[in-house]
Amino acid sequence: MTGLSMLDRKLVRDLARLWAQSLAVALVMACGVMTLILALGATRALEDTRAAFYDRTRFGQIFASATRAPESLKADIAAIDGVSAVATRVVNPVIIDITGMAEPATGMLISIPDQGEPAVNRLYLRSGRLPEPGRPDEATIIEAFAEAHGFRPGDTFDVLINGRKRHLSITGITLSPEYVYAIGPGDFVPDQKRFGVIHMHRSVLEGAYDMEGAFNDVSLTLSRNANTKEVIAQLDAILKPHGGAGAYDRTDHMSDAFLDSELTQLRAMAQVIPPIFLFISAFLVNMILTRLIALEREQIGLLKAVGYTNAAIAWHYAKLTLAISLVGVAIGAIAGTRLGHGMASLYGEFYSFPFLVFSQEPDLYVISMLVTFAAALAGATNAILGAVRLPPAVAMRPPAPTGYHSIFGGSSSGFRLPFSQLTIMALRHLVRWPVRTALTTLGTALPVALLITSLFAFDSIDHMIDTIWFRADRQDATLTFTAQRPEDAVRDVARLPGVLAAEPFRAEAATLRNGHRSRNIQIFASDPETDIGRVLDQDFGAIKLPPAGLLLSERLASHLDLKPGDQVDVELSDGQGRRVLVPLVGVTNSYVGLTANMSREALDRLSGQGVRISGARVIVDESRIRDLYEEVKRTPAIASVALQGVSRKRFQAVFEENIGISITIYVSLAVIITFGVIYNSARIQLSERARELASLRVFGFTNGEVSSVLLTELGVMVVLAQPLGWLIGRGFSELVAKGFENDLFRIPLIINPPTYAVSSLVVLGAALVSALIVRRRIDRLDLIRVLKTRD
Amino acid sequence: MAFNPGTASVRRMKPEADAPSQPVFAVSGLTKIYRTGDVEVRALNGVDLTLEAGEMAVLLGPSGSGKSTLLNIVGGLDRPTSGSVKFKGEELAGANDRQLTAYRRDHVGFVFQFYNLIPSLTAWENVALIAEIASDPMSPGDALALVGLESRMSHFPAQLSGGEQQRVAIARAIAKRPDVLLCDEPTGALDSATGIIVLEALARVNEETGATTAIITHNAGIRKIAHRVFTFLDGRIASSEINPIRVKPSEVSW
Ligand SMILES: Nc1ncnc2c1ncn2[C@@H]1O[C@H](COP(=O)(O)OP(=O)(O)OP(=O)(O)O)[C@@H](O)[C@H]1O
Ligand SMILES: [Mg+2]
Repeated sequence: MTGLSMLDRKLVRDLARLWAQSLAVALVMACGVMTLILALGATRALEDTRAAFYDRTRFGQIFASATRAPESLKADIAAIDGVSAVATRVVNPVIIDITGMAEPATGMLISIPDQGEPAVNRLYLRSGRLPEPGRPDEATIIEAFAEAHGFRPGDTFDVLINGRKRHLSITGITLSPEYVYAIGPGDFVPDQKRFGVIHMHRSVLEGAYDMEGAFNDVSLTLSRNANTKEVIAQLDAILKPHGGAGAYDRTDHMSDAFLDSELTQLRAMAQVIPPIFLFISAFLVNMILTRLIALEREQIGLLKAVGYTNAAIAWHYAKLTLAISLVGVAIGAIAGTRLGHGMASLYGEFYSFPFLVFSQEPDLYVISMLVTFAAALAGATNAILGAVRLPPAVAMRPPAPTGYHSIFGGSSSGFRLPFSQLTIMALRHLVRWPVRTALTTLGTALPVALLITSLFAFDSIDHMIDTIWFRADRQDATLTFTAQRPEDAVRDVARLPGVLAAEPFRAEAATLRNGHRSRNIQIFASDPETDIGRVLDQDFGAIKLPPAGLLLSERLASHLDLKPGDQVDVELSDGQGRRVLVPLVGVTNSYVGLTANMSREALDRLSGQGVRISGARVIVDESRIRDLYEEVKRTPAIASVALQGVSRKRFQAVFEENIGISITIYVSLAVIITFGVIYNSARIQLSERARELASLRVFGFTNGEVSSVLLTELGVMVVLAQPLGWLIGRGFSELVAKGFENDLFRIPLIINPPTYAVSSLVVLGAALVSALIVRRRIDRLDLIRVLKTRD
Repeated sequence: MAFNPGTASVRRMKPEADAPSQPVFAVSGLTKIYRTGDVEVRALNGVDLTLEAGEMAVLLGPSGSGKSTLLNIVGGLDRPTSGSVKFKGEELAGANDRQLTAYRRDHVGFVFQFYNLIPSLTAWENVALIAEIASDPMSPGDALALVGLESRMSHFPAQLSGGEQQRVAIARAIAKRPDVLLCDEPTGALDSATGIIVLEALARVNEETGATTAIITHNAGIRKIAHRVFTFLDGRIASSEINPIRVKPSEVSW
């Protein structure tokens, strides 16, 4: 230590002596740094990658579909003010038959120009090449699907195009900005095996779907100052006579909306979690430094007396604070970077980008460091000012004895509370330092809250699974026809192998309006009293669909500012332009996006085109499901099939896999906070009360009895922290649930009692272990030394 | 104060006819060596002594001569390096931590120079603290009355003078009706008038409870209140003498 000033030597020794407490604080800081780097780094990675990918592939900004629009409209669309590029396409759902896979996969078959690249939504070619002109059997497929099946350029597979089985040959593996998050019909999470996106030449698809000189899908990019709303309105006007289903922008684009919701969550995480850790570490630094300065009171007086300046003394303690913070930042930066790479590769599984690199830009680390230093110094300020303000003469005298209040003892004349004197000692000490007690309690409540906030997902997802798949959409599969058919088509479905029951439905794209508010939505109509697929009310009971009127999900109703009894202006996207006022008869409970329901009778009447059905929901005999799959793959009239049972299992599997990781992380974070708070609190109590506690030992109290003073004090705070933690946890969970909510899905706020209990048990366990580590020091108290000295 | 130390001492000093004549403490060949690195300090270097039931002993001697070390070993706070300490025939030298704790709890009352009161407990509560773990305690009020503090029961240590604090410490030490009362410089931090009040309290306790009392002091004048005086020098007892005439604390010249 030569070369170090005297004060710096003291600093090194202080750190060595306080290493356990310092490390406990540094770990709490490390958690703050780690979560900050993780959240900011992942946010940046996703944002930057998304922007670069969208830019490179010219991802559309406005999207619309129609039933059949003449290609000549393209010029009209391009002429809309603010449109910079237009791509028209033929897009259709397909059923894909993969040899060796029993269940049919579904996919989107999308046209690309025969010559050159599309003006909007270009493909990113991973390997191979685009189809060659004059080769109608050539196609590219998206990477996720290719990887799931081990496809490489040159491999082949079968699809059902407009009822005809076609053998396609893969020329290339692609990525598409439209399918960064590729989710199949009826799915809640990507199932790479069962959902594929196939690109083929426009001329081939025009021929296959009888769409020569026409398109059914259009994407636009806009110039910088374009008025999005205006463009949408004009585009809708152009497409309306051709079955335009209403144009929408990126906010309503499935893939981008999922990315956005991920980003929203990351930003929320960056705003909520690191501040919790930084707040707690500031408090811990304050606690440690206050005690250290109290212990070093006389040394400080001496230093001042011999001429050290206040600034030198303040800087000395600030350096101690910064040294601890530096350890925290270092650990947090390493952990955050490692976890960030893990998170990026996890994202890689769900989001198909050409690359996804966890951002490690230096400023991220600089920001984290500065924020941590600032928090630590903020915590230290009060204590350091105390040292600065001490006049040297006063500092060299022992501090005035601590006064106490005579609560918890009862009156000395007769009545006394049933506390032992040891308990009274503990309780009075708690009350003597109310701010510290309150902050310690809060510091112990926060990990409880953090755990509840992460664990409640179990309850909510369980509830969602129960509601969606066991109460509402109870079908095993949903079969959608290539075109609407007469009602008796449901009998054909019922005759398919393995089908035990079938319920017809009709779906119509429509625009719902109320004043200036409007939404494009699918109206889903079924029989009034269905048993398979049901519409739920706010209490999760099945609703009997009324013969007239519309039911909207709560979120859709509030988007349109409608309440039951109001009239909804409904326009079906059938190109006829008829607008009808339909009463809103009820608000439904839905966790999946915006839904509108009617009885079939009502929708048939509304459309004015007789009784038609779009498909059927079926219950399947599990043992014969393979036969059904085989049949579906061979049935031309079925355009698409959603397998709800498979979706549910996939959803549960993905959820369980990911929640395991996040629970491990959150439990670790909670344990670290609890340890940081309780260990430090116990050490400081022990330091303040070593003399008292040693005296108790001298008088013949056992180690156990003496420890009880310490443990009672900690115990009261830890117990008080539980209900507080439950409350805060509930509040956080509510914020999280709100943050998740978007037009695609929402998470209900369900917290079951075991979640509270488990969160508390983890924290109680961690607190107990921390306290017991300190308790061992009581066994080693030096009884004789305390008798020789004054306080 | 209405008691006569002279007659009391005669009565207490005489072994009871029906009890076996056994000293409260029998110490023999006691040594205590402290090793710090290469340096070896012989704090006690072969001490032999006995203390009889009810006896009041004063321990004198220069600083560092081993008085506190002896008192701590006898009080079960420390263990000797070699030698034997018998309390009513029971060997303390080889006792483990649990046994020593129980011994202190059941038999020993301590009074120290710096009082060692619990700052968060009132005078009454400081005494009650010990009474709670004793098998046959006095009421805290009685113990405080014995040291003349009945009017200060609900004061916290921070609200009491040094002498009052020391008397609370004495009340606390005697509330359990200890067999022995060990006092290490009980008047060390007090002025003479306050010191006398404290000594009077000790003498009265010794008289009324019959606790064998040992008092370490640097004030040679205090020797006169004892039945017996031990003088320490370099870790040994240099002399031991019986006081022919005891005086009241109030007559001690400070
Ligand atoms: N923990 C220890 N480590 C090393 N040496 C010690 C320790 N405790 C006491 N000593 C030494 O033992 C010797 C006897 O100490 P002790 O405290 O018994 O003296 P004393 O007679 O009570 O003195 P005083 O009148 O100053 O209190 C001294 O030389 C002291 O330095
Ligand atoms: Mg001494």
